[in-house]
Amino acid sequence: MSAVLQSSEDVLLPTRRVVTEQRVVAILVGLLCLALLVAIALPLWALLSKSFLNANGEFVGLANFARYFATPALVQSLINSVMVAGLATCIVVPLAFIYAYALTRSCIPAKGLFYALALLPIFAPSLLPALSFIYIFGNQGFLKDLLFGATIYGPIGIVMAQVFYCLPHATMILVAALALSDGRLYEAAAALGTTRWRVFLTVTLPGARYGVVSAAVVVFTLVVTDFGIPKVIGGQFAVLATDAYKQVVGQQNFSMGAVVGMVLLVPAVLAFFVEQILKRRQVALLSARAVPYSPRPERRRDTALLMFCVLVGGLVAGILGVAVWASFIKYWPYNLSLTLSNYDFAEFEPDGWQPYFNSLKMAALTALIGTPVIFLGAYLIEKVRSAVLGRFFAHFLAMLPMAVPGLVLGLGYVFFFNAPWNPLGALYGTIAVLALNSLAHFYTVAHITAVTALKQIDGEFESVSASLKVPFWTTLRRVTVPICMPSLLDIAVYLFVNAMTTVSAVIFLYGPGTKLASIAVVHMDEAGAIAAAAAMATCIVVTAIAVKLLHLLLDALLLSRLQRWRVRTG
Amino acid sequence: MSSLRFETADSAATRPAGGSAAGPSVSSHAYLVVRGLTRRFGAFTALDRIDLEVRRGEFVCFLGPSGCGKTTLLRAIAGLDRQDEGRIEIGGRDVSHAPPADRDFGIVFQSYALFPNLTVNDNVAYGLVNRRRPRAEIAARVKELLALVGLPDQGAKFPVQLSGGQQQRVALARALATSPGLLLLDEPLSALDARVRLHLREEIRALQNRLGVTTIMVTHDQEEALAMADRIVVMNHGVIEQVGTPEDIYRTPASAFVADFVGTMSFLDGKVSAPGEVRVGTRSLRVADGRAVATGYAARVGLRPEDVRVRGVRPDDENAFEAIIEDVEFLGAFCRARLVARDEPALALLADFSANLMRDVGVEVGKPLLVALPPESLRVFARSSPIAEEEAAS
Ligand SMILES: Nc1ncnc2c1ncn2[C@@H]1O[C@H](COP(=O)(O)OP(=O)(O)OP(=O)(O)O)[C@@H](O)[C@H]1O
Ligand SMILES: [Mg+2]
Repeated sequence: MSAVLQSSEDVLLPTRRVVTEQRVVAILVGLLCLALLVAIALPLWALLSKSFLNANGEFVGLANFARYFATPALVQSLINSVMVAGLATCIVVPLAFIYAYALTRSCIPAKGLFYALALLPIFAPSLLPALSFIYIFGNQGFLKDLLFGATIYGPIGIVMAQVFYCLPHATMILVAALALSDGRLYEAAAALGTTRWRVFLTVTLPGARYGVVSAAVVVFTLVVTDFGIPKVIGGQFAVLATDAYKQVVGQQNFSMGAVVGMVLLVPAVLAFFVEQILKRRQVALLSARAVPYSPRPERRRDTALLMFCVLVGGLVAGILGVAVWASFIKYWPYNLSLTLSNYDFAEFEPDGWQPYFNSLKMAALTALIGTPVIFLGAYLIEKVRSAVLGRFFAHFLAMLPMAVPGLVLGLGYVFFFNAPWNPLGALYGTIAVLALNSLAHFYTVAHITAVTALKQIDGEFESVSASLKVPFWTTLRRVTVPICMPSLLDIAVYLFVNAMTTVSAVIFLYGPGTKLASIAVVHMDEAGAIAAAAAMATCIVVTAIAVKLLHLLLDALLLSRLQRWRVRTG
Repeated sequence: MSSLRFETADSAATRPAGGSAAGPSVSSHAYLVVRGLTRRFGAFTALDRIDLEVRRGEFVCFLGPSGCGKTTLLRAIAGLDRQDEGRIEIGGRDVSHAPPADRDFGIVFQSYALFPNLTVNDNVAYGLVNRRRPRAEIAARVKELLALVGLPDQGAKFPVQLSGGQQQRVALARALATSPGLLLLDEPLSALDARVRLHLREEIRALQNRLGVTTIMVTHDQEEALAMADRIVVMNHGVIEQVGTPEDIYRTPASAFVADFVGTMSFLDGKVSAPGEVRVGTRSLRVADGRAVATGYAARVGLRPEDVRVRGVRPDDENAFEAIIEDVEFLGAFCRARLVARDEPALALLADFSANLMRDVGVEVGKPLLVALPPESLRVFARSSPIAEEEAAS
């Protein structure tokens, strides 16, 4: 008779290991905090401090700000930004609301297709709609006459392109808000013989009001902080984002650039807090016993909404299509025969195709390094018990990028990695720093995705593992990661697509040999090679959409084959 | 094939027979010792200086209403939640500050907490793989464990493909796989439906008997605790109200709370008028258990409904009186009647009558009935305020 599984060695082994386990947690949390400090907190600190220093690095208090507000041209940009953003918000939110209403509260066919159409702009850099509108309404545009002599190069073009660019964000928020509804309220209203219009005013609108405010806030912030659209189609119309670029890249006036960055931070920070407050209220709105609303067919309403969706969805696809189409045109608008010559980038841009491959490399790097780092970070923050303070700090830093526009983060990186004292300065201009910047820029959304996935897992897995004397990393590898595989894929694709399309953050950071595709679009457009710019933008869109399709395929495969354990009848 | 050992060292020898072992010699064999354990959440004290000893091989239930701190105590013993003060010893070793992996226990949760992406086999083997044993040995051990919990052929399935009861058995097998010295069960049955629960509770008890592993089970179901435990720890508001065998707890509850929480009891408020005598309204009741309250103080007298005597009662029997049947509730195997003494409305209590008795005695609503309250069945508990105050107030 042998007591095989209860030898003395077994009893001794854990004690040693337990100590290392706690030490491993402490080291990992420390590394996470350090990484987030370097990637997020210190650059922001560099920006903040720079705005209080003069060109010689001496502290000057609010003098830079005073100078900013005393310069009429700069104040005009601020007014321009607010005006354009306000106008775009007033157009996008109602459009997105009706669109989302059709998707959630009517019986129109092909809802999935329409939703996908509205989301298309996510896969394009913001530069692309601007290029499209130049083709449509620009000096050589085929619908130029529709503007009655007004020019597209200015506020009109900016607002139109921003509407396209912001539509998916507003639609996603409003679809989520309208999908959260209590069918019982509608039944009660119907039982009381309430007219449809009154039901809309008294039930639908109040139920979605947080969504509407949240969408408005998000759109406003996106427009104020976007750099690509005003750069390409803004003409002489200056806005905050282009000012920042001009001050830093054009005039090398870092202090003033920092002040503009700080001004840009204001709406984003406000938006962040509004969002937090709204989120808390939205939760309370829907009780656990609510019955989801399921719409009933209604000819007239459904027909009208379908026409609206066809129109808006068609326009979105059309605007995207124009840039793609134009990229294959020989000489717009005189010779419309097709050609691939615009894709011969070496003709227009010293680096040729290199920027595209740089973008691929940078996006892949962001996704491949970012996904494990973000997931492990979320795991430490969510599932581990020790190192309380460190985890709290890491969580705060992880939520910070949400309130920081890409342009502002980019400025912060310039100041931080350019600082003479910084040993990390060697990284400046490398693919690595571009990837780090993208990772920081998109950290929060990916972090929230990971935390949400982890929260859905039974909280006792770690307790069970501890009781079985299995270290946490084994359970992470054998159980947690496989369960979270779909979310990991989501995060990777999100990081890849956004790193591929981003322009505002990286415009300050590329170096010789590390120019990115989106920056090449800006440069070729600046040089007047607009067809080549459209061609490069097309490459970005096609890559982003291809990656998304690959994701959908992989997801289906994962569910049917590798994750058989999710389904009851396996 | 190697024969595997499940039992801890001397479990068979020290195991008490039945429920009559709550002797004073407990501490000398205690496997688990808890001393002065306190746990606070902010200003709220979830556990208040808990003292407890559990013998090797014993099956102990923590019983109490929701929020009384059962889970907190269990988690503190496991090391999953750290106590603010106090000491915990397991198997003679002070583990007060040891992390969970450094304590020797297996745990089963109400939610099963099975790893959904691993097969039943892999779930059960989870704690074994880590110990670098030959594959064949682990496979044999898993097979043995699954047979033990009555799931011999389910090893290749995934948890979603099993019923709730089966999943809980797998969780049990997983917890037992590493032969822990202490098995902790946090409401393992409460997510299951009534029939499965009844069945599984017998199985768990039989299994525990066989393996002799010291076991603590948390439950808020008094019936479960009475049926399964060697000893029950009744908790309320973060303190232990009573520790005893199921029979102790039921027969001689230490407080009105315990009496009320475990089983049903009617309470009569009165005052101790003399040693062995409690005055309820205008009547005096003889009690055998009069030590808890001094003469002249307010007391609460408790009586189980099944202890009310009706057969062959004569008017001059002790504590006999004529009662009116106010109401009869049909409960299947028996009926529960509400009785009120004809000459004293304060003397109102519940009584259980078997169907047999109902027929023989002719129990009927509105009818008078001669009943007696046996003095040895009457429990006397202290009431918070002395009677003098109450009399002054009225
Ligand atoms: N993390 C916590 N923070 C604050 N209060 C807590 C926490 N955990 C438990 N409590 C409180 O401590 C008390 C005891 O909780 P515990 O979970 O031990 O109760 P329980 O006896 O297991 O109840 P149940 O039968 O509902 O499981 C409760 O009042 C609970 O609200
Ligand atoms: Mg509990």
